[in-house]
Formats: sequence, C-alpha cells, structure tokens
Amino acid sequence: MEKPITASPGSAQRNKTGTWRIENRPQFLQKNCIACRLCVLICPEGIVAGKEKNTFQTDYRYCKGCGLCAAVCPKKDIVMVPETSKENTES
Amino acid sequence: MFEHLLSPGHTACAGCGQSLAARLVIDAAGPNTIVVNNTGCLEVFSTTYPDSAWQVPFIHSLFENAAAVASGVEAALRQSGRIDDIRVIAQAGDGGTADIGFQALSGMWERGHDVLSVCYDNEAYMNTGVQRSGLTPLYTSTTTSPYGRVLPGNLRPKKNMVEIAVAHGIPYVATASVGFPLDLQRKVKKAISIRGPKFIHIHVPCPLGWRHEPSLTYQIARLAVETCLFPLIEYEEGVLTGVHTITAPKPVEDYLKLQGRFRHLFKPGNEGLVSEIQKIADQNRERYHLTKKVENGSH
Amino acid sequence: MKDFIEGSEAIARVVALCKPGVISAYPITPQTHIVEFLAEMVAEGKLKSQFVNVESEHSAASAVLGAVATGQRVFTASSSQGLILMSEVLFNAAGMRMPVVLVCVNRALSAPINIWNDHQDSMALRDSGVIQLYGESNQEVADLILQAYRLAEDPHILLPVMVCLDGYILSHGYEVVDIPEEDKVLGFLPDFNPPERLDPADPKSFGPLAGPEYYMEIRHDLHQALKRALALIPEVATQFAHIFGRNSGGLVEPYQLEGAEMAIVAAGSVCGTIKETIDTLRAKGKKVGLLRIITYRPFPEEEIIQNLLKVPMVAVLDRSISLGATGPIYCDIRAVFQGQKPSPKISGFIAGLGGRDITPDTIMEIFERLPGSQVSDQFIGLKDGD
Repeated sequence: MEKPITASPGSAQRNKTGTWRIENRPQFLQKNCIACRLCVLICPEGIVAGKEKNTFQTDYRYCKGCGLCAAVCPKKDIVMVPETSKENTES
Repeated sequence: MFEHLLSPGHTACAGCGQSLAARLVIDAAGPNTIVVNNTGCLEVFSTTYPDSAWQVPFIHSLFENAAAVASGVEAALRQSGRIDDIRVIAQAGDGGTADIGFQALSGMWERGHDVLSVCYDNEAYMNTGVQRSGLTPLYTSTTTSPYGRVLPGNLRPKKNMVEIAVAHGIPYVATASVGFPLDLQRKVKKAISIRGPKFIHIHVPCPLGWRHEPSLTYQIARLAVETCLFPLIEYEEGVLTGVHTITAPKPVEDYLKLQGRFRHLFKPGNEGLVSEIQKIADQNRERYHLTKKVENGSH
Repeated sequence: MKDFIEGSEAIARVVALCKPGVISAYPITPQTHIVEFLAEMVAEGKLKSQFVNVESEHSAASAVLGAVATGQRVFTASSSQGLILMSEVLFNAAGMRMPVVLVCVNRALSAPINIWNDHQDSMALRDSGVIQLYGESNQEVADLILQAYRLAEDPHILLPVMVCLDGYILSHGYEVVDIPEEDKVLGFLPDFNPPERLDPADPKSFGPLAGPEYYMEIRHDLHQALKRALALIPEVATQFAHIFGRNSGGLVEPYQLEGAEMAIVAAGSVCGTIKETIDTLRAKGKKVGLLRIITYRPFPEEEIIQNLLKVPMVAVLDRSISLGATGPIYCDIRAVFQGQKPSPKISGFIAGLGGRDITPDTIMEIFERLPGSQVSDQFIGLKDGD
C-alpha cells in the first residue's frame, strides 16, 4: 500500500502550536472591546474569534503568543500576561 | 472547523507577516481557488508532510515555476470549461517573484493567463536563512550582504516589480501591506474579479529576518507605508488609479530603528546611508503622488 | 491509415488522436516539427487543445505538470539542452506521480553545441523516475506514444513516460506509417481519470515537504512503481498488438539470438542498421544476434539475463557516454551479470556521438573487436584512431 503523497485540507490542525508559548499569552479582558475585529484580522494563525463586543477570544491550543492582537487592539482590551499566571484558564 | 481557508497548526514563526498575508489573501479569494506556490517559507510551514493547513486545492512544485505551473492549471481549467468558476493564484516570496521565479512570471504575464500572482515580499530569502534577494532594500544587512567594516550591507535598491508588471500590460497591479489588512483583502477581491493576469505585491515583515519583536509586525508594516518606503498603489490598465495618501510622511528612521537588520545605520558616521534611504522614500513620494490626491486617476 | 510522412508528423498525428487537453512546448532542434504540426492542427480546429507557448523548457514541463495535476491529459517534447533544462521538473514530476507524456527527440549535449543525434540527453535522465522507451522506427515511435499514455495514466503506475526517437534520422525521416483509426484508439486508451487532482470539490495539497522520517518510504514507493511497470509494459504491448495488429514496444526485442555466439545490445534506430548487418553476417554463417533495448527505465534485468545468458560474447553499443565511466547501457548490463553463471564476456563500445554516422562497417568492426580483449569504453569511429 503506497504512502499518500498529498495531504488533506486543514489536516495541520492536529498540530497544536499552543505548546510553542513559553513566555506570555494574550488575555482578552472583554471589558472595553468595541468589536472592531482588528484582532481577528491580524492574528497570523487566524484563531481569534468573536461576535458582539466583549466576546472575542483566542484559541490557546494554537496561540503562539506573538502578541500582535494585544499590540493592535485600539482599546488596549487585550493584554499579554505571563504564561504561568494564576488568572489563566485554558479555553 | 475554522472558517479560514488557511487553518492554524502551521509552523510559521510567531508573528510571521507572510502567514498573516497568506490567510488574508485566501480568505478574500474564497474556496473556489487553486493555489500554486513556489518553494519558500509559506509552502514549507503550511504543507509539512503528512499535513496541510490549506483548505483549498494547493500545489507546490519547485522554487521558480509557480507561474508556469499556474499557467498549466489555468489552461487545464480553460480546457474543461471551468475557468469562469475557479480562480488561480500563483504565489511566491520575493526570490520566487523577482529572481529565480522572474522568467516564468514574465512569461505568464506576457501570455495573458487568467491568474493572480501574489508576491509575499519579506525582502530576503528567509526560508534559507535571510540571504539577499533582488527585492532586498538598499543597505539592508542580510547574511549574504552583511554589514561589515568595508561594506554597508546590500548595495542595490529594490527591483521595481510593480513597474515591471505594468510594463507587461497586465490589467491590474497593486501593492499591499499586512499593516493595512482590509485594503489587502479589498485588492485581492478586486483582482480576482478582473480577467487576465493580475499582480499584487504584498509587503510582509519577518520578525526573524528583520530582527524585531513578533508583536511589532503590524506596526512596522504600517511604518513602511507611512514613511513612503513602501507605497500603497494600484494600477489599472497601466494607469495609476489608486494611491494611499500619506498626509504627514514619517522620517525613515522611525521605520528603520525598529529593525535589527538596519541597526548598523545608526552607528555614528552612517548618517549618509540613512539620507540615501530617505531619498528613496522622497522619490516614491514624488513619483506616486503619495502626499496629494490624484485628479481623475491620472498623473 | 498508411501515409508516407515525416516522423514528426506521425508523432503529432498520434498525439492528436490521444486528445491531450493541454500541450506546452518550447522549440529546440530537432523537436520543432512535432510541435509545429500540433500547433497547425490546433489553429485549424482539428485538435481542440490548449496550446501554451511557454518561454522555456523548464516552464513547458511545469505547465504540463500543472495541467495534468488539474486533470487534463498533456503533451510536451524536447531534446538535448531543452531536456536537461526541464530535467529539474521531470525529476519533480516523477516524485509527484504526475503522468506527463513527453517525446525526446534524441540529440547530443553541449558542449560543444551539436544538433545531431545521440542518446546523451535522455540517458542523463535515467535516475529521474521517468519511464524511458526507445523506438526503432517511426512506426514504433508512433505506437509507443499510444502505449505511453496507457502506461503513464495507469492508476498503479502514475509516472511520467518519455518516448525517445533519434533526432533527424527518425524525426525528419520519411517512412510509411500506419496512423491508427480513432475508434481503435478509443478502445485502447481510456479517458484520463486521475485518482487525485486539483479541485475545489476535494481540496488536496500536492508537493509537501517530507522530512527524514517520511521521505525514504515515499521514494521507495516510487521505485516500486517503476518496477511494477516492468510487468505492465509487456501487457500493454500485447493489448496493443491485439487491437492494432502489430508488435510494437515491450521491454526488449531479441533478433536472431538463437545460437548466437556474439550479440550486440543497442537501442534506437541504429538497430535497423544492426539487423541488416546481422542478416548479412548470418548469411555468411556467422552466428550473431541483437538484443534491442526498448524499455531502458525501468531496467528490464530479467529479460536481459534470459536473452543473453547463453551468449558467450556481448557487445554493448552505447550512443552515449557517462563521462569518466562507461556507456550507460553497458554499465547496467555489466552490473546485471555480476554473480550470474555462466556470464558472457561483455564489452562496451561508444559510437555515433554528435550525429556521427553508424554504418554496417561500424557494426562489423564491433563484431571483429569483440573476441579480442575485453574493453569497457571503446570509442568506435574516432578520426584519429584509438
């Protein structure tokens, strides 16, 4: 039986790149969010999602901790916190 | 699972401008798209066997032939009567566009294939270790054009791929930046609505190669535009119709000082080098009327 | 239907019968007539195909790779420098299991630049994973093209297939060729239906990066696919004979090997000259024969052993040279007999490079030299002697 030489769509999703984070993770305060969706647009992994104000969140299974979402949020409603912080909860 | 057509789980560096741009491009193009990719970071991090992050049909062949492979894909779609329903994108990095991939790209444009070519310009051969390319800006320190005691980094300015594309007489040519993600997506949507060859040249910061914090990708991309070093323009049928106006251009230092690849420019005595880079920005400003509105879309 | 036509035209007409959806080529002597005939057919509406005039051979092979990946049957052709330029893509196409069919109009390699016939170009691709078939006559070349599509597109094979013919001698030579009828072609060659293709309805990714933990198995699979072709090639040739009523193709063709004391091994049109010379010598009582190589890659080891084991002396005539070593066919044949008992004495001869004519005298000389000391890279026909 020959090995397949093509790959199925989106099969990369089984690679949980969240394990790359060793320093900081983004915390979505969900307080002053205006739902501008810049965080959704700018995340290189495409893992920030949300609908109305204060509902935006990332997917920590994939988040590499680059900090772009926090850097671009116009309301500073996303902050980078240490990975080992007690406030952190897995999504 | 995810609505994006480039899924997470790919192995791009944290903060990679190219992965961001690639996702914005394919999301804008939609699911009825076939992507043809040259060898480079994008192809390597998105299709490492046995997985793929692509949720559209995707093919990678070699380093220099995406445009030629895409020509064949397009011809096949034309033959089977599906060219009106399925879009073809040929994408490459700066090397795969301006250097090794240049011939195939020029041929595809000349023949008029209905393909959108996209250049992810991170201004060096990043996948192989940050070596200099034809799109590496003046005085950039790369691993094959390093700053040293006798040489100040790369000695040549960027090859003007936009003008070259326009000279081929193709219907749509545009620049874009990950610092302006909605503008990028608008341009992709516009491009794929036009029949014939299109070219979008996207400026993408590379935290590793440019030596900056991953969280600065967006800001640095915006500064490149705001200093007039990377103009955001559109050409339609050879006429400059779209210009992103910069009301108050920032000095190039604001952009350069955030990146380790330009660190040597701030050594005492290298002020002349910075002035030459400023001159390039000023020339762009003139040439593309970056600081004034264009009347009737002509210049 | 029989017609007295140029070899290139015969090829073009048979390719047209196979209805490739996308044809892409770059001109190089002596391949040009093939693609010109095809271009004319497209322009006249006789062949409904996309004809992509690319800017180099590298792009020609790339374009057909993209087209075949998108589910269209394809065709390209080249020679010499053009073949070497597209070789990167052909290696890649084999690895990607793309059933590209191409014609190589055999021509010498630069430098010096030379537009005449020898086999150095196609031989340079022997490691690539592309199947190589050598035709002796224009009829056989035309027939091999039909068989090439059948072979390449077989779901157990899915490999590029290259049909080789001698430049000028065959490509520009006029012979009577029987061009098959369309309905017979339809009976022999099913529609192209690849198991995987670029299609938004089933979005797969082709051409991944495979690290050390995966690459070797994939290359092993590729190697096995080529070896599977060794069984399929004779089957296809038999099917062909059944439908079209003549023998063409296969792995090897033995000629007058019964009781032979000396045999020549060779490929291509030179075998016509060799057969005539053998007839002359046999008439004089000399027990000589020929083993014609039709399929060079995959290498038909078993057929070669079977046919030559009992021949005491074998001369391999290479119209090519692996510089610094020996002729390529000689190298493979010599290796095959390692450890075989009995093993013929095998000598290697190089002739006909750069279009230097191989005549019956050349063949006679080889038969005269063969009983002498064993040689491995003896050039025949050099002007300044040995």
